Amino acid sequence: MNEILIVAGLGVLTLLAEIFSFKKFIAPIVIAGLLATWVVAALELNGNIYSSLNASVLNMLDFDRYAQSFVLLLTTIALLWVIINYNFFSDESNKADHLSLILFSMVGGFCMVSYTNFVMLFLGIEILSIPMYVLAGSNKRSLRSNEASLKYFLMGSFATGILLFGIALLYGSTGSFYVYDLRVKTTGADFVMTPMFTIGMVMLLSAMAFKSSAAPFHFWAPDVYTGSPSSVTSFMSTFVKTSALAAFMRLFYTALPYVPETFDRIFLILIIGSLFLGNIIAVFQTNAKRLLAYSSISHVGFMLMAIRFFSEPTSVASLFFYMAAYAITTLAAFMVLKIVEENSDGDVSISAFNGLVKRNPLLAGTLTIALLSMAGIPPLSGFFAKFNILYIALNHGYFWLVIVAILASLVGVYYYFKIVIAMFASEPVLTPITLTGKQKILLLLLTLLIVGMGLNSFVFDLIPS
Amino acid sequence: MDIIKGVPLTSYILLCSILFAIGALGVLYRRNALVIFMCIELMLNAVNLLMVAFSRYFNDSNAQVFVFFIMAVAAAEVSVGLAILMMVYRNTKTTDIDALSKLKY
Repeated sequence: MNEILIVAGLGVLTLLAEIFSFKKFIAPIVIAGLLATWVVAALELNGNIYSSLNASVLNMLDFDRYAQSFVLLLTTIALLWVIINYNFFSDESNKADHLSLILFSMVGGFCMVSYTNFVMLFLGIEILSIPMYVLAGSNKRSLRSNEASLKYFLMGSFATGILLFGIALLYGSTGSFYVYDLRVKTTGADFVMTPMFTIGMVMLLSAMAFKSSAAPFHFWAPDVYTGSPSSVTSFMSTFVKTSALAAFMRLFYTALPYVPETFDRIFLILIIGSLFLGNIIAVFQTNAKRLLAYSSISHVGFMLMAIRFFSEPTSVASLFFYMAAYAITTLAAFMVLKIVEENSDGDVSISAFNGLVKRNPLLAGTLTIALLSMAGIPPLSGFFAKFNILYIALNHGYFWLVIVAILASLVGVYYYFKIVIAMFASEPVLTPITLTGKQKILLLLLTLLIVGMGLNSFVFDLIPS
Repeated sequence: MDIIKGVPLTSYILLCSILFAIGALGVLYRRNALVIFMCIELMLNAVNLLMVAFSRYFNDSNAQVFVFFIMAVAAAEVSVGLAILMMVYRNTKTTDIDALSKLKY
């Protein structure tokens, strides 16, 4: 709870900075504030800080262990994002507005991981989405950015309508907006799955799949990710996706004791669709940003697999690890992509990466590590993230699903290597890139995190305790 | 109030579903961004009506509070949407969404 107050206050302070002229100090203040939020979140997770507000707020938000861990992850992502994209704000006239939009959308993300009532789920999604519609169009002169913004807005509000209709139908069949009441109803002996309940749940599921861009509902994602400014894209594919999937997971593991037959098929369609569509369409992309967008769709397939098997005790932990690994990797990839984009007049096609190793070895090295981690090559974190989730599926007896997922990942290796080969085997056409000291430290830190998280789980999982 | 209760709940559900479907089809078929905004509003208002009908049926005021939240959020959403549309209009001089097809392959 304290995190929401700090971040919301920080957002208001940032807006005030526009009026009183202390714009110069905004970015340091925000970074300091986010660091404070991070410390508070870490202390709360360990139980060092505990106030009556923390446990539950009028039964609408519940900051249990699940919520606290995801708040910590989201704060980490946002903090890294603000540090990496420091210059996204410095060259803009209205940087205070953009930074405060980021902070307000963080509040939405925190609500989405801690809701116990559908009102808060709805409000969280909207608080997260509305700033993102604006940020997607923050490059006002560019028609591509405009298009991304309008598409995101139309698709997002359409999904919100579906979400609300689903919530209304669930309310009609259970008489309560509390997610936990839903569980009481569904575990009751006299529970019959009425058509109203099923339709409501399916609509809710589709809306959540829409927000997390799972396969049959993914059409907006590549366009929006390509059109938005690279910094915003990296926020969308890390922070927004993490919040959406965490909310998805929370919905199912609070509301249902197990996945009923009807939803099982829907889940399998979402999972297999995401894995295959994402990976296969990505093969044909020539734009690196669009390629990463499709690859993020295929990662959603894995994350949904963890949500499908939520009744397994380790599923939440493996979803958390997957998201952490994916978010750090994506931040690293987008950081390199943005630097390359700035040094090639906004060109982000794969040929812009030609001979990157000769232009700047550190950039090429970081991107290679990030892409290998996304492809799931051991001993990087992406491998262990995938391994944990496939292990759960295997324990559940879904042997064929594991085979399907591995086949889809093999396709993934192909297009990730396309960029790696462009970087190492082609001759550079553009001038070398020089990095500032801060960028070098950040790149090294991100590489270390990707490798370290992998080795960490490698060491701790293999040594029996 | 008696008249409202005299109408069976099924009729409300049917009416709201039809309104919602009209809104959804409008989003899918219309090409003018402003008309699409109106169709989205229609979808949200269908939900509002359904919530109020259920609320009356259950004698529970929670849903009516939810309706207020939906109305407030819808207003915020549409104002952001209109701002985005203004930005698009300045660059393209049209509100036809087919003008925006730069990002296709």
